Amino acid sequence: MSDLRDLYQDVILEHSKAPRNCRELATANHKAEGYNPLCGDRFTVYLDLEGDCIRDITFQGSGCAISKASASMMTQSLKGKTRADAERLFERFHRLVTGQAENGNQTELGKLTVFSGVSEFPVRVKCATLAWHTLHAALAGKQEAVSTE
Amino acid sequence: MTTAAKKLESESRTVELRHANRRFDVERVRRDFPILAQKIRGKALVYLDSAATSQKPQVVIDTITRYYEQGNANIHRGVHYLSEHATKEHEAARQTAQAFLNAARAEEIVYVRGTTEAINLVAQTYGRTHVGAGDEVLISGMEHHSNIVPWQILCEEKHAKLRVAPINDSGELLLEEFAKLLGPRTKLVAVTHVSNALGTIVPLKPMIEMAHRLNIPVLVDGAQAVPHMKVDVQALDCDFYAFSGHKVYGPTGIGVLYGKSALLDAMPPYQGGGDMISSVTFEKTIYNKLPYKFEAGTPDIAGAIALGAAIQYLSGLGMENVAAHGQELLAYGTEAVSAIPGVRLVGTAKQKTGVLSFVMEGVHPHDIGTVLDQEGIAIRTGHHCSQPVMQRFDIPATARASFAVYNSTEDVDALVRGIEKVREVFA
Repeated sequence: MSDLRDLYQDVILEHSKAPRNCRELATANHKAEGYNPLCGDRFTVYLDLEGDCIRDITFQGSGCAISKASASMMTQSLKGKTRADAERLFERFHRLVTGQAENGNQTELGKLTVFSGVSEFPVRVKCATLAWHTLHAALAGKQEAVSTE
Repeated sequence: MTTAAKKLESESRTVELRHANRRFDVERVRRDFPILAQKIRGKALVYLDSAATSQKPQVVIDTITRYYEQGNANIHRGVHYLSEHATKEHEAARQTAQAFLNAARAEEIVYVRGTTEAINLVAQTYGRTHVGAGDEVLISGMEHHSNIVPWQILCEEKHAKLRVAPINDSGELLLEEFAKLLGPRTKLVAVTHVSNALGTIVPLKPMIEMAHRLNIPVLVDGAQAVPHMKVDVQALDCDFYAFSGHKVYGPTGIGVLYGKSALLDAMPPYQGGGDMISSVTFEKTIYNKLPYKFEAGTPDIAGAIALGAAIQYLSGLGMENVAAHGQELLAYGTEAVSAIPGVRLVGTAKQKTGVLSFVMEGVHPHDIGTVLDQEGIAIRTGHHCSQPVMQRFDIPATARASFAVYNSTEDVDALVRGIEKVREVFA
């Protein structure tokens, strides 16, 4: 049986209560909105891109513990990374939460592996990936809000 | 008060409630619903999502099986025994629905797929012929999307305006505001009987009287009302009344639109096809009489017959007993849930039924739903297809527990324990 603690790991709970980089970014030159109306989760991701490098990344908004912790930890993992790094991490993260990750190849994901429990809760995948899809939209310069519902 | 004392008080309250409504034996009712016997994630199922869809009693399941095993045939067209028999049962269920709503005539009962289709039918027929540029359709601030969007589509097409009567912080409709919004441009009022997100019972009687004084017809979305109370469309004097079979212990895919025959008669058809005609040539088609004019194509025959069985089952429990049981559960649940620290009820109207919507400080409803699900407790989380209600209360979503005839105070106790578990996880 899937266990609640696999989903709500301490790191996730902690990030959901005290999210990092949760503010508007004055120096942002890219931003995008993610909105899941069924859940009521809504986030804005702000990016300060210098060439291909993510100089700074923040987010703002509200949502469930999974979506908020995911947004918080995403910003931590991506600061200083390149656009290509970010897209690759998103791909890996997506495979992790949908239960398609190859064993033993998680080093790049680092702390983000705490989200592996999400794969046991298919309806929550959309929560875990909302911030990442929003990031993807911000990198692509999309104007309309994205949704994972 | 100590925990033990609290428990004792709660137990004595349970006993009191059982005595208060002796004619209603929840345990016996529960045995009629086979799904309730199963375990979910290793726990006994506590089903508190009947406002989304109710579970089905054995008699409804058996009716569907029996129809397909012994009675299946198309209606209104065969001369053979099975067709005649299916037609008879299909029409008998219509009479059951007629009696259930106390409609004056059986032909005022139109079978539809559900409340949503019923409202769309009225919007696309009555609406399109009576609402013009600059006219208004008046709804309330606590409508389900299915009683908003069909009117928006109509208003956009006709360059008409959708007006919304506001609600107060308890989730009650403001009657004076409603009255002010009624005017010479108002061509139709479409309002819910019971709010699916808040549980508010809307004071239909005075609203319908006010509208009728200005000759404005009123459509009522009764999806959340018919499972909980006796509805009498003649006493209400509403012009249209819609409900869904699946929320009233019947199958999905079948519902009822009641309409006063004079209105239905004057309305153009909704969909064209077989069954809704009396004669067709390439030059002209003569439409069938009521209610068949609105029932194009082979209908959900099994669904209609099973809806009849569901209504008979519910009526057999006695609508007064059903209503009393619902009020007792709601009172018990309101007290128990609002006593939990950090939990706030959304929708605290004086007149309520069936629904406990709540939010919890620091915990998103979605997380509440996931934790409760692990305990075998099924609730709904989200906007409940009522986004404007969420906006009115400035919340993204709520957790909603909703009650049915098979719910007991033990289910409420399980919910309370579940919420305490949520608190532990997110402490």
